[in-house]
Amino acid sequence: MVRIGAFLVGLFFAGWLLISFLVGAVAYVTEPPQPTVEHEFHKAPRHVSFSFDGPLGKYDQAQLQRGFQVFKEVCSACHSLHYVAFRDLKGIGYNEAEIKAIAKQWAIKTPDVDPKTGEMTTRDPVPADYFPKPFANNVAAAAANNNAIPPDLSLMTKARHHGSAYVYSLLTGFQSQPAELLKKFPDAKTPEGLHYNPYFANLNLAMAPPLTADGQVTYGDGTRSSVDQMSKDVAAFLTWTAEPKLENRRRAGLATIIFLLIATGLAYMSYQNIWADKKKKA
Amino acid sequence: MSFPWAEHYTPKHPAMQWIDEKLPLPRLVYNAVGAGYPVPRNLNYFWNFGVLAGLALVIQIVTGVVMAMHYGANTLVAFSTVEQTMRDVNAGWLMRYAHANGASFFFIVVYLHIFRGLYFGSYKAPREMVWLLGLVIFLLMMATAFMGYVLPWGQMSYWGAKVITGLFGAIPVVGEPIQTWLLGGFAPGNASLNRFFSLHFLLPFVIAAVVILHIWALHIPGSSNPTGVEVKGPQDTVPFHPYYTAKDGFGAGVFLILFAILLFFVPNFLGHPDNYIEANPLSTPAHIVPEWYFWPFYAILRAFTVDFFFVPAKLLGVLAMFASILLLFFLPWLDTSPVRSGNYRPTFKKFFWILVLDVVVLGYCGGAPAEEPYVMISQVAAAYYFAHFLIVLPLISRFEKPLPLPNSITEAVLNRYNIQGEQDALPGMGSDPQPSNAG
Amino acid sequence: MASVEHTNGEDVAGGGEVRRRDFINIAAVSFAGVGAVAVVLPLIDQMNPSADVLALASTEVDLSAIQPGQAIKTTFRAQPLFVRHLTDKEIAEADKVDPSTLRDPQTLEERTVDGKKQWLITMGVCTHLGCVPLGAGEGENRGEYGGYFCPCHGSSYDTAARIRKGPAPKNLEVPKFSFTSDTAILVG
Repeated sequence: MVRIGAFLVGLFFAGWLLISFLVGAVAYVTEPPQPTVEHEFHKAPRHVSFSFDGPLGKYDQAQLQRGFQVFKEVCSACHSLHYVAFRDLKGIGYNEAEIKAIAKQWAIKTPDVDPKTGEMTTRDPVPADYFPKPFANNVAAAAANNNAIPPDLSLMTKARHHGSAYVYSLLTGFQSQPAELLKKFPDAKTPEGLHYNPYFANLNLAMAPPLTADGQVTYGDGTRSSVDQMSKDVAAFLTWTAEPKLENRRRAGLATIIFLLIATGLAYMSYQNIWADKKKKA
Repeated sequence: MSFPWAEHYTPKHPAMQWIDEKLPLPRLVYNAVGAGYPVPRNLNYFWNFGVLAGLALVIQIVTGVVMAMHYGANTLVAFSTVEQTMRDVNAGWLMRYAHANGASFFFIVVYLHIFRGLYFGSYKAPREMVWLLGLVIFLLMMATAFMGYVLPWGQMSYWGAKVITGLFGAIPVVGEPIQTWLLGGFAPGNASLNRFFSLHFLLPFVIAAVVILHIWALHIPGSSNPTGVEVKGPQDTVPFHPYYTAKDGFGAGVFLILFAILLFFVPNFLGHPDNYIEANPLSTPAHIVPEWYFWPFYAILRAFTVDFFFVPAKLLGVLAMFASILLLFFLPWLDTSPVRSGNYRPTFKKFFWILVLDVVVLGYCGGAPAEEPYVMISQVAAAYYFAHFLIVLPLISRFEKPLPLPNSITEAVLNRYNIQGEQDALPGMGSDPQPSNAG
Repeated sequence: MASVEHTNGEDVAGGGEVRRRDFINIAAVSFAGVGAVAVVLPLIDQMNPSADVLALASTEVDLSAIQPGQAIKTTFRAQPLFVRHLTDKEIAEADKVDPSTLRDPQTLEERTVDGKKQWLITMGVCTHLGCVPLGAGEGENRGEYGGYFCPCHGSSYDTAARIRKGPAPKNLEVPKFSFTSDTAILVG
């Protein structure tokens, strides 16, 4: 009985799937799916090399500090960095006094309650505070940015495939729409107020090119601040904000694996020992 | 326990004797995973995965309990408490990555364990109950993993919860009330998050309990083995300890090395970037996919694109997805061949490897966007999946001519080591005339 | 039975010396033990205060608004902190007491910063069982020694917050603090 029932159920599912396949195949042949503009023109992030590439790569602290400077002077006007606190900057090489000064001088203030009146007010951030958000809430953010909400950047490099390269590519990828695109997809013209960027998922981005001129940021360490360099530095900085424990993780991993290799080697020898009398003549 | 020649527990230390008299726990352990459990001597490395699955469960429970100490099950804070765990809690990143990748490793190990059972016919009499309980564990794991994935409250968490509970919405009449009841609202929200957290904490302990039943049921007939031939006498077995504890120790080492590589060097390889974006009910990710271990089932779900008269395709997909797992419960009665091991079943063996390939293809399609040609490929692959279990297996069992089986496990071992002329010594083999092959 | 004899036979054959084979087994088990301990350490460490909690481990207090005779209650490490501006009379009362007669002998000097004797900074945690003593708030019962009074079991503290009566064993704890200016302190 079980087998007869099973046979019928199997016949039904398998049969209907094959019929579905045929229906789909006919449709595929008679009306092949139209290529979309995203399919044709979206690009994977460009290859770029960082000091933290590879299994044992480390952050370049000077680069992280430059990237932080780019974030501070350019990105932070619109983008929050809400999961990172000023105290975390210790991780990119600032000492306590410097962190205190950075927090105190931060352009955006931390919201607080006035202890005397109970009214909402703002105060200078302290190291324990998270980076204050540039907009009070999403409605304010959308209203100030042509209805597009600038996303939080704390985790951006983990929230995109090949995130570090993505941030770099996006920042250096603004361009005018290729003529070929407009010829093939006349309806896909970038709408007013958006900006064409082949590295962005749907090709048209609300953010205007943020890094436009060499020397836009003056680096303290004398590095030439080309657009390419600034993009790379801020991509490195955002890799750090997303994964501040990367170096600890790799160090711990190396130690763990070395330990496990030895332990497993011993376990193998022990296993062979114990089985010796079962596998060869006693 | 299972065989008359099993060693009996004799406490060596007076303290152990004292405990054993009051509570025979030492005896229980000794008989379950100690020298008191005789195991076929010819198990290959595929028999390591049971113990490894247990190890994975322990890793999940330990790291999970730790993470629960830092987690807030509230939609306002869930995402940020997870981030805080990653950034501020001592060794928090380690716990979190171990838990996330531990789930993947648990499934890898369990899938290998299941496929080992499929190939070597471990589900056949007298071990049907072992198989059935194993499937219960598998279902519980899937429920636990699904609910756990919702907890970080990222985009995939939210939309995964929405899509999967939406499956119940496909059921006619009662579907939508059931979906609302599951979520405690009309969309995933605080109520859903809290109940998922509660159940995600509870279910692993239920799994642990069913694991005990699974092992208990296994110990009645004893472990199966690669030949599928039943144990005939003491010369066919070795005590679990130290023989298989040593082998499992080595297996655990290899498992942990692979786990450590993933955990420490590519911890986000198996995850989805969208889950690092906080849940946003107003914006759907471009392409919603579950975690990789659900991909084959997700492909089956999406393979149904044509309504069957009055039954909508969506409902068919849901039914087929559940059927694809439930049919495994009938497997012991679908495959009626008296030969267990695929090693002695030439036709079965071919179809088994087709099935493996088929499931891999289904998995690939399940992870791909719902576009052609992936949908068409998954339709063919899903059709084979059902045909394999429901049509092909019963037919093979009837018509296949199996290869001659070895007379005993020991004989098979000797053949493997290619020793001729030793067979005469077999029956009374007290002194183990063993070949000096394998290093 | 065969297998049984073999495992036992191995032990016997070893005799007195630890053979290489046994050594490897022992080494393998030891490594597993070391590994287990190494795993337990982070599991214990995760229960220590996290970085965000430690970041809040210091509190700045503005003293400018506290008049002599007044006290304020603020928080330090999520516990009440009493900041009290002593009057000259209260200082005199505290200095009058011979420390050697006290349960927890300490002078007011030892409990305050040089030259800033009027600023008494203590934890608001009774050393008996951790209740919050009264006396920092306006009009609260300051007990018979004019300092703080714990209503839970009747411990009385004097104007240097030293224990004078009741079950508490120690004076109210003075946390580590420093003056960042004439009118501000940093606790912690």
